[in-house]
Amino acid sequence: MKRYDAIVIGAGHNGLSAAAYLAKAGMEVLVVEKNDYIGGAAVSRELHDGWTYSNCSYVCSMLRQAIHRDLDLSRHGLMLVPYLGTISYGLNGEVMLGYHDEGAAHNELKRFSPHDADAMHRFEADMNRYSQFIRKTLMRTPPDPVAPKIRDIHELLFLGKQFWNLGEREIYEYIRFFTMSASEFLDDYFEHYLVKASMATPGIIGTALGVESPGSAYILLHHVMGDVDGSIGAWGLARGGMGAISHALASAFQSFGGEIRREAPVAQVLVQHGRANGVVLENGDEIYANVVVSNLDAKRTFTKIMDPKDLPPGIVKKAENYKIRGSSGKVNIALSGLPKFINVPDNRYINRGGQAFIGSMETLERAYDCWKRGRWSDDPFIESVIPSAWDPTVAPPGGHWMSNFIQYCPPELEDGPWTPEKRDAFGKTVIDKIERHAPGFSDLIEHMEVRTPYEIEQEVGLTEGNIFQGELTIDQLLFNRPFPGYAQYRMPVKNLYMCGSSTHPGGGVSATCGANAAREILMDLKRPNTVPEDDCYDE
Amino acid sequence: MRDFDTIVIGAGHNGLVCATQLARAGQRVLVLEAHGEAGGLARAREFHKGFKAPVAPSSHHFSPTVARALGLEQHGLKLAPPAPFTALAGDGTAPRVVRGETLAGASVEDAAAWPEFRARLQRFADALEPSWHKTMPRIAKGPVKSLLPLGQVGLRLRRLGKEDMREFLRVFSLPMRDLVDEHFEDEALKALLAWDGLIGSRMAPRSPNNAVLMMLYRMASQSHCAGTSLIHALGSAASAAGVTLETNAPVAKILVAADSKGQQAAGVRLASGEEISAEQVISSADPQTTFVKLLGVQHLEVGFSNRIGRLRCNGLVAKLNIALDGEPNFDGLESAQGRLLFAPSLDAIEFAFDASKYGEYSEQPVLEACVPTLETPELAPAGQHVLSAHVMFAPHALRAGWDEAAKADLAARALAVMERSAPGLREQMLGHELLSPVDLEQHYGVTGGHWHHTEFALDQALMMRPTYEAAQYESPVAGLWLCGAGCHPAGDLTGMAGYNAAQEVLA
Repeated sequence: MKRYDAIVIGAGHNGLSAAAYLAKAGMEVLVVEKNDYIGGAAVSRELHDGWTYSNCSYVCSMLRQAIHRDLDLSRHGLMLVPYLGTISYGLNGEVMLGYHDEGAAHNELKRFSPHDADAMHRFEADMNRYSQFIRKTLMRTPPDPVAPKIRDIHELLFLGKQFWNLGEREIYEYIRFFTMSASEFLDDYFEHYLVKASMATPGIIGTALGVESPGSAYILLHHVMGDVDGSIGAWGLARGGMGAISHALASAFQSFGGEIRREAPVAQVLVQHGRANGVVLENGDEIYANVVVSNLDAKRTFTKIMDPKDLPPGIVKKAENYKIRGSSGKVNIALSGLPKFINVPDNRYINRGGQAFIGSMETLERAYDCWKRGRWSDDPFIESVIPSAWDPTVAPPGGHWMSNFIQYCPPELEDGPWTPEKRDAFGKTVIDKIERHAPGFSDLIEHMEVRTPYEIEQEVGLTEGNIFQGELTIDQLLFNRPFPGYAQYRMPVKNLYMCGSSTHPGGGVSATCGANAAREILMDLKRPNTVPEDDCYDE
Repeated sequence: MRDFDTIVIGAGHNGLVCATQLARAGQRVLVLEAHGEAGGLARAREFHKGFKAPVAPSSHHFSPTVARALGLEQHGLKLAPPAPFTALAGDGTAPRVVRGETLAGASVEDAAAWPEFRARLQRFADALEPSWHKTMPRIAKGPVKSLLPLGQVGLRLRRLGKEDMREFLRVFSLPMRDLVDEHFEDEALKALLAWDGLIGSRMAPRSPNNAVLMMLYRMASQSHCAGTSLIHALGSAASAAGVTLETNAPVAKILVAADSKGQQAAGVRLASGEEISAEQVISSADPQTTFVKLLGVQHLEVGFSNRIGRLRCNGLVAKLNIALDGEPNFDGLESAQGRLLFAPSLDAIEFAFDASKYGEYSEQPVLEACVPTLETPELAPAGQHVLSAHVMFAPHALRAGWDEAAKADLAARALAVMERSAPGLREQMLGHELLSPVDLEQHYGVTGGHWHHTEFALDQALMMRPTYEAAQYESPVAGLWLCGAGCHPAGDLTGMAGYNAAQEVLA
């Protein structure tokens, strides 16, 4: 029977990026995927005739350029299109446009607050600086500060030096930034409620924290440190939907001789003499490999596909304590035409940008309060985009598809688990909020798919539907991700690795976790390393 | 013009600690107190005829190091082991009582988890302990040697062993809820264990980043003494050391002399108009009062004064004092010794907190109470008692404004919560007073009525407390120092800020 060099469990984008790098280094690699499609949460799926939904992740910004270039993903069909602007909906029909162009953005902000218009430049410059340091850590394996090997000491010195060089003010601001709430942080810059609220929203996306919770400022940064085609902080779409990213990675992987097996759910990781030795599929097939890489989240990896007796004591407990909280929902809608939004002149940027249905900081925080109580808010935060307006491949002519991401949506309701009726009621709440800003919106709906954390977990396999495979709080970042002592992609069983967003640097369609994991594996196997290690820009 | 070596503004416990140490080093020290009596938040105040209570009825964390250094024992201070801490769930279940290493009233599983949980946190707290008594380094500016205190903490943590150190690096930023959820089942017990990480702050069990650190800070020196006895001992130590204390002497301005070399604090002007000169001025007032009100921002750089301006100083705790005609009885308790917690679950605290985010006080407040007359009988007429409670959450900036009706309403809600565990309480009541954070601000002169002077949180802790450029107790104006709770390490009647500041002044 054939023995692979490596098996990757799960064809999520990180699984594929790990697999691609292993195959590129000459290994024989098999990716096994439980679904009949690949991509995990980065997919394009035709769920209604003629409409292709990116029904999980929907926007791209964090994909590392180094990987994009190195794996030549453009040649494998990936094309990224940046947003040109954003629209934020406030209270009482108030609408604020965000422009890519600095001058236009300044003019628009002045309508709300001249002070904030001036502060925006300072804000953006500061965010840029903060993200520079973090960006340096993204494509590097986190050092172990507790039991450092020589390489860790080098790495710690490198990071320490980078940090020290920031200088006193920067270091102070940096620590503040890591520890404070998004709301507090934005108070330093802005005074107008809508400017503040629209800047705060990245601080709560995908996370079980509110804009007032300490720690949410970092999540804000996590969302703005990406880039599209070198334009830092920009967000964009992948032509053909998010599946295009997974497909480009898969195509790169296959071009190196890699193999993908769909509809092959793994029942258990085989462990022999304390070493991972392959996997057993649910249909009983055993597949052997020298290395097993799990793209599943940390909780699933250790509580679902490992036999506890193969694990050292304490690991299962760590996995159970791992915070992976469902807090987001998704409503994907096929529209028969482009909706008309009130107070948006000429429907500008509807066709080339994102929309945020917000309200105010209080709206956001109250929605979080609902989540804590196992409810959804009547006035949820919705982040939307209508990709069909500039990507003709995802909807039939004249038709449109709208992606709506909702924060917050509890993993379970106060009165018990989700039911189809409650799910639809949740969907209706979302439609109602959009309808308030676009009268007649609901008449345009041809088809819609409502996804609560329950659906996301069932289909994609993300525990509680957590889009980051684990909360992005200090206790689960860097050398703590996923667990202290296991942050270097090696797991407590020899030859077993993890490569999903549960590992450093965390969630987002970045392909970085996979690449970093591949680097560690190749290092252990003493194979030539082709994974780019640094992705610093000289800014 | 009168002249001193040092003027200390405020006779709170930190001011007294600092003044005493300087006087003992030979300086001529004048302490100026706005109120008629020393003691700050630990000063007893009559709230009902014959009944008195301080805002801080007792100290649970006064530093033994400071007590030793000042010889407070000779002045009558007795530091006892920590008082029991009891959770009253108000649902008829037995009280959960933590007393030092023992835990009573908990389920078998929780009781089994307790010793290890406590021991580990105590090891963390012990490892951190010395750092609270040290001046924090000035990162990236000061000499490398100033990093020593941080290095020592690192070394101590390292000595705990790999397992513990990893755990420390994970848990120090955890929300209290996650920490206690990992180990315990019982809701009332979890609320009790979480409480010390939260009380006094703008934090609820789900808030990340500060809570565990706060708890470790509070575990670092566990002791117990009555607030008033602490103040008496400090007052007596101060006068024995030769400190001049003047009460009813509010300071209006810190005087600054400027020459070609820069600015230098030169003394103070009292509200009475009198000017007193001194080599250095040390303020135990909160940072906003010190820099904005007393010094004036014209003496400061814009960046610095902005940072002071945006410190989080709004208190969230109201003080409820009740005069009782007898000792109160609580369900399942023989006596009301120690601290009593009325918060049935983590969610109860969390949801009570939620209201405060929108400028409202809680429907169902959560509160910590004690009966200070059990150890300090002179606070009430013989045989009668005072019940003193911290009521959370009561935001300083109440949207509707603090008026008598709001205070009466919050007091009634707090009483209703306590009555669930003390059915006869209302009948014993002779009178009561609720002090909102606005009242605390007015009566005690602390900005926002915040008993830590400014929030104790990671971004306002260590070398960032109150802000860099003032975290080593010395301010940007030469000769002007800070020594209050707004400095490292923080508030809570520990005496450590005042102690550290004196060390720096003398260094």
